Amino acid sequence: MSKTYFTEDHEWVSVDGDIGTVGITDFAQQQLGDVVFVELPEVGKSLDKGAEVAVVESVKAASEIYMPVAGEVTEANDALADDPSTVNSDPTGAGWFMKIKIADTGALDGLMDEKAYEAFVEGLD
Amino acid sequence: MTDPTTTDNTDALKATPLNALHRAHGARMVPFAGYEMPVQFPAGIMKEHAQTRNAAGLFDVSHMGQAILRGPDPEAAIETLVPGNIAGLKTDRMRYTQLTNVKGGILDDLMVTRRADHLFLVVNAACKDDDIAHIRSGLPAGHEVEVLDRGLLALQGPQAAAVLSRLIGSAEGDAVAQMPFMSCRDSAFDGVEVLISRCGYTGEDGYELSVPSDKAAGIAERLLDQPEVEPIGLGARDSLRLEAGLCLYGHDIDTTTTPIEADLAWSIGKRRREEGGFPGASVIQQQLRDGAPRRRVGIRPEGRAPAREGAVIVDENGAEIGRVTSGGFGPTVQAPVAMGYVAAGHDAPGTRIGLVVRGKTVPATIAALPFVPQNYFRSAAGSKT
Repeated sequence: MSKTYFTEDHEWVSVDGDIGTVGITDFAQQQLGDVVFVELPEVGKSLDKGAEVAVVESVKAASEIYMPVAGEVTEANDALADDPSTVNSDPTGAGWFMKIKIADTGALDGLMDEKAYEAFVEGLD
Repeated sequence: MTDPTTTDNTDALKATPLNALHRAHGARMVPFAGYEMPVQFPAGIMKEHAQTRNAAGLFDVSHMGQAILRGPDPEAAIETLVPGNIAGLKTDRMRYTQLTNVKGGILDDLMVTRRADHLFLVVNAACKDDDIAHIRSGLPAGHEVEVLDRGLLALQGPQAAAVLSRLIGSAEGDAVAQMPFMSCRDSAFDGVEVLISRCGYTGEDGYELSVPSDKAAGIAERLLDQPEVEPIGLGARDSLRLEAGLCLYGHDIDTTTTPIEADLAWSIGKRRREEGGFPGASVIQQQLRDGAPRRRVGIRPEGRAPAREGAVIVDENGAEIGRVTSGGFGPTVQAPVAMGYVAAGHDAPGTRIGLVVRGKTVPATIAALPFVPQNYFRSAAGSKT
């Protein structure tokens, strides 16, 4: 049974064992608007929490995607190269960016759960 | 994720007469040139862009400056400040020109319309106060500038003429549909006096309507009630003008770029080239004679990664030859497009270049502008300005 955590930078990470699947939230894709390009991370790279790992470009602007927790990139969602708009249509499903091997699953405790994230987004307006 | 819409500049923003209407249509509002403006509506930039290319889009451009220049010889007066041939304009015809400085740099670009006894000016929002002060201080005695407090709506797209002529109705509606590109006409819309100009900033056929502020929302609603028309925000306005190869002041042109470097020599008539008599004329005449040291060009990056403003342009050996001044994704082109300046000798379409995007060099090619063919209206008589 996987559990999903959220960052204040609007990434989600769905965790199964020590493998996390990372994407951006529905709120984030709405803010970005039409996604036209995703620069996917290099597989095999180990990065700290908060490190820039990917870039998502909308018609208007480029935005960095950050590591939600420290870990190693084990897989990138190559399907986004062909159809970046999947990030808009299914941000928490087929629009995932990458899978990571989480260095310390205990670090996930520092992230928000869905309820806390919803309250966080409410507070942004 | 970094939030591209975050801004802390929300204090003391001005509102256009359409502010409440934008909100009612679900616009996302952002600060722009001192105004709170819609950047996009719920449809999103891609759909808004396509809507304008395929049918008609309504833009609020009320933030731009509108003014009247009066005096004994307004055409001669404005020609002391701009290189455009204004004296050569027929009444109710308009021209795109620039306010230049003594170095030939561009203080702003503007539209000048010749009316029977005055000139009607439309300048950029961010520059309007400086422009008006500059024009006032440069005018010969007896001339004056009156700033107008009016709304400005742009109806753009291949269905714009059909929509506007239907709403205005009868012979006057037909006359509006037949207006030549770059001309204006006093008309009436639901009994409201409006000044209609056939021009725009999207590369499509369309109009700008200068309307009384208190009637702007009502006219906008009537236009939006038409099945062909949707509201369009600044995001799509930017992608449309970029595909059309049109300059955005403060980005593609500014005080450091001359009209010749900016590839706007077409906007300077033969007489003005020869006679000069505008600020920076000697620099501009010299560049017309000998060529400019750099030139604005279109750029097509390979692949799907857009190159944004500020990206360094390199030649095939990796040497820096210029910078991107506007860049993004072209929804009609379905590929990234950009404009920028390159050193003389690198500006021929087809020249292979590189763009430095996030530290990596992306291959690209110099391309002819516009990226999308312009669809300006040509009247039956073939009238052309």
